[in-house]
Amino acid sequence: MTVFATPLAGYLLVAALLFAIGLAGALTRRNAILVLIGIELMLNAANLNLIAFWRYMPHPEALTGMMFAIFSIAVAAAEAAVGLGLVISIHRHAKTADLDEMNRMKG
Amino acid sequence: MFTPQIAESAASGILWLIPALPIVASGIIALLKQPMRKLSATLAIGSLSCSLLLSLFAFGHVLVGWASGAAVRETINFTWIRVGTAHVDLGWILDPLAAVMLVMVCFVGLLIFIYSTGYMAHDENFTRFFCFLSLFAGAMLGVVIANSLLLLFMSWELVGLTSYLLIGFWYQKPSPAAAAKKAFLTTRIGDVFFLLGMVWLFAQTGTLLFYNAGMGSMEALKLGGLLATPAGLGLSAATVIGLLIFAGAAGKSGQFPLHVWLPDAMEGPTPVSALIHAATMVAAGVYLIARVYPLMQAGVQLSASGEAVGSTVALTVVTWVGAGTAVFAALIAVAQNDIKRILAYSTVSQLGYMMAGLGMGGVAVGMFHLITHAFFKSLLFMGAGSVIHGCHEEQDIRRMGALKIDMPWTFITYAVGMLALCGFPLFFSGFWSKDGILEAAQHWSVAKTPFYLLVFGALLTAFYMTRQVSYVFFGNYRGHKEAHESPPVMLLPLVILAFFAMGLGLVGTPAWPWFRAFLEGHAAGFGFAGFNEPGLLAVMAASSVVVLLGLVVAWRIYGNKPIKAEDPDALEHAMPTIWTLLEGKFYIDELYGATVIAFYAWWAGVADWLDRRVWGGIVAGVAWLFREGAQLGRLFDVNWVDGGFDKGCEELATGGGLMSRIESGRVQIYLRLLALAVVLLTAILIWSSRG
Repeated sequence: MTVFATPLAGYLLVAALLFAIGLAGALTRRNAILVLIGIELMLNAANLNLIAFWRYMPHPEALTGMMFAIFSIAVAAAEAAVGLGLVISIHRHAKTADLDEMNRMKG
Repeated sequence: MFTPQIAESAASGILWLIPALPIVASGIIALLKQPMRKLSATLAIGSLSCSLLLSLFAFGHVLVGWASGAAVRETINFTWIRVGTAHVDLGWILDPLAAVMLVMVCFVGLLIFIYSTGYMAHDENFTRFFCFLSLFAGAMLGVVIANSLLLLFMSWELVGLTSYLLIGFWYQKPSPAAAAKKAFLTTRIGDVFFLLGMVWLFAQTGTLLFYNAGMGSMEALKLGGLLATPAGLGLSAATVIGLLIFAGAAGKSGQFPLHVWLPDAMEGPTPVSALIHAATMVAAGVYLIARVYPLMQAGVQLSASGEAVGSTVALTVVTWVGAGTAVFAALIAVAQNDIKRILAYSTVSQLGYMMAGLGMGGVAVGMFHLITHAFFKSLLFMGAGSVIHGCHEEQDIRRMGALKIDMPWTFITYAVGMLALCGFPLFFSGFWSKDGILEAAQHWSVAKTPFYLLVFGALLTAFYMTRQVSYVFFGNYRGHKEAHESPPVMLLPLVILAFFAMGLGLVGTPAWPWFRAFLEGHAAGFGFAGFNEPGLLAVMAASSVVVLLGLVVAWRIYGNKPIKAEDPDALEHAMPTIWTLLEGKFYIDELYGATVIAFYAWWAGVADWLDRRVWGGIVAGVAWLFREGAQLGRLFDVNWVDGGFDKGCEELATGGGLMSRIESGRVQIYLRLLALAVVLLTAILIWSSRG
C-alpha cells in the first residue's frame, strides 16, 4: 500500500473548489465566452476527480482514470469548439455576445 | 282416337322463339327515341312476322303429325327453382290447341299492327305504342305455349300489365287513366282466385306442369288424386281448384260479375280494343279453361263411345256464368250509343257464348267460336276504328249516319263482320261456331235453360248489330264535319279479315268438322251425314229464324229513318223504364260503387283513423319516450362529462402556462436550474447515504 503525502480528500476539496469557481463564473458572467471558460473549469474539476479517484483506488496499474481523463479532455475540446462556433455565429447574427440579449430559445 | 306422339321435334324446340321475338323487339323499341317511328313499327311488325312464320311451321308440324295419325303433344320442360326436394318446373307445349291459337294470335296481331301504323300515324307516342303492343303480343304468345300453370300465370299477368298500359295509353285524359286502373284492379280480383287455385294445385299434386309424361297435373294420375281429396261441402279438390281457376278466367274474359272493366277498356286506342279487348287477351280466359279442361271435366262419366254424360260441378258453373253473361251483356248492348261500347258489350256476350260452349260442348266447341270471333270481332273493331278515324274521333253512333256512301270499303267489310257476329246463315263463320254452341246446349243433359238463354242472346245480337249498322251506315249524316274513307293501310287488314270472317266457317261445319277433329285428335271425314244428327237441323233452322227475326225487327225500327242526333231512341219511346235500366248497364257499376267500393272507402277511412290515432299515437309515444331519454342523456353529458373534461383541459392549460414560464429562453437560467438540481441531488445523495 503506497503512502501518500496528501490524502484523497485534499484533491477532492481542490476539485470541488475548482467546480464551484467554474459554476459561479458560468452563472454570473454575461459574456458567452466567459461562460464557456467557466464550463471548462467545471470540466477540469471533474477531470481532477477522475485522476484522484484512479490514483487512490486498489488497481492504479490499470490506466483507467488516465484514459477517462484523456477522453474527457478530448470531449471538452470538441465541446469548446462547438460552443465557440455557436457563439461566433450568434454574434454574427445578433451583433452581440451578451447572453441576456439572447432569449429566443423560450418555449 | 290417335295415339299421342310426345317425342320432341324441331318444331317444339324453336317454340320458345315465338313469344321471345316480340318481347325482344319490345325491349329494343323501348330504348328507341320518340321520333324513330318507322324503325319501331318495322321492328314490331318484323318480329311478329317471324313469329307468324314460326307459328305456321309449328302448326304445319302438328298438321303433318295429325294427318299421319298421331295426336301431337310435344312438351319441353325444365326445372326453374329447386328448394330441397321440391322443385318448380316450367315448360312449353305444342299441341293442336296451342298451334291453332298461335297462328290466330300472330295473324290477327300482325294485321292489327299494320292497321295501327295507319291509325296511330298522328300520335306523338307512336314508338311507345308499338313497344307496348309488341310486349303484349309476346306475353300473349307466352300464355298460349305455356305448359306450366305458373308460366301461364306469369304471361297472364304480363298481358294484364300491357292491357293496363294500353288502356291508359292516353293517360293525360282522366277517363282512360281511370279505365286502366279499373281494368287492372278488376282483373286482379279474378287473379287472386287464380293464384289461390294454382297454389292449391301445387300443394296437392306437387307440379304445375300440365303434361309431363304421365306426371303432369292434367294427366290421369294426378287428377285421380285430386278427385279423391275432399275439399268440404261435398266438393272434391279438383272441382274447387277448377272453380278458382275459372274465377281468374272470368276476370280476364269479362264474365259476370267481373265484366265491368271491359266496356271501360274501350278508352284505349281502337287497335288495342281490337287486339287485346276483343280478339286475344279476353279470349285468354277461354283458352285457360280449354287448357285445364281435363281438370274441369275430371270425374265426369263417360259413355261407351267416349262421350261425356252429364257434367261436373265446375263445368256447370262455367256454363251458367257463360250463358247468363251472354244474355246480360247483349241486353246492355242494345241500349248503348258509343260505337265501341256496343262492340265491347257484344264481346262480353260472345265470351259468354264461348264459356257456355266450353261448359256444354267441350274444348272444340268453345275454341271454334273463340277463333271465328277473334277474326270477325277484330274486323268489327278495326272497322269501328276506321269509322271513328273517318268521322274525326266521333264515337257516338247518333252523330254518324249514311257512311256507306263516304266509306264504302269500311261499310262492306263491317257488314261482313256484323253478319258473321249475328250468325247469318250458311256463308258466315259465326253461324257455324254459334250453331255448334247452340247444338251442344240443346243436347246438354243438366238443364235446357242455357239453350233458351243463348237463343235469346242470338236474337239480341242480331238486333243490336242491325241497330248499330243502321245508325252508322244508313239514314242521314248527322255529324258536323265531312267524313272520309281511311287510308289503304287500314283498309287492307279489314279486307283480309273480312275474307276470313266468311271463310273460316268452312273448317267447322257439321259436313266437315275438321276443326273439332284436329283439336280432339281423330280423323275428319267429309260428308253430309253430319247433318243427320238428331236435332241438328232443327237447331240450325231455329237459329237462322232467330237471327233473321232480329235483323228484320231491328231494320223495321231503325233502318233508313231520317232522324236527328238529339232524338230519343225508338225503343226509348216504346218502353222508357227498361231502356233506362239497359242504358244504365243494369247499374252494376253503381251497385259496386255503393257496396264494394263504398265498403272499401269506409274501411280505408277506418284504417286511416287507426293509423293516425292508434298506431300513430303509439309511435308518437315511443318517440316521446326516446326524446325524453335523450334529453336526460344530454343533461348528463353537458353537466358531468363535458364539465369534467373541460376542467381537466383547463388544468392542463394552466399547468402548461406555468411550465412555459421556466422556458424563458435565457441560457443562464437553464444553467442555474441545472446547478440547483445538481446541488439538490448531491444533498439528497449525501443525506440518504447517512441513513
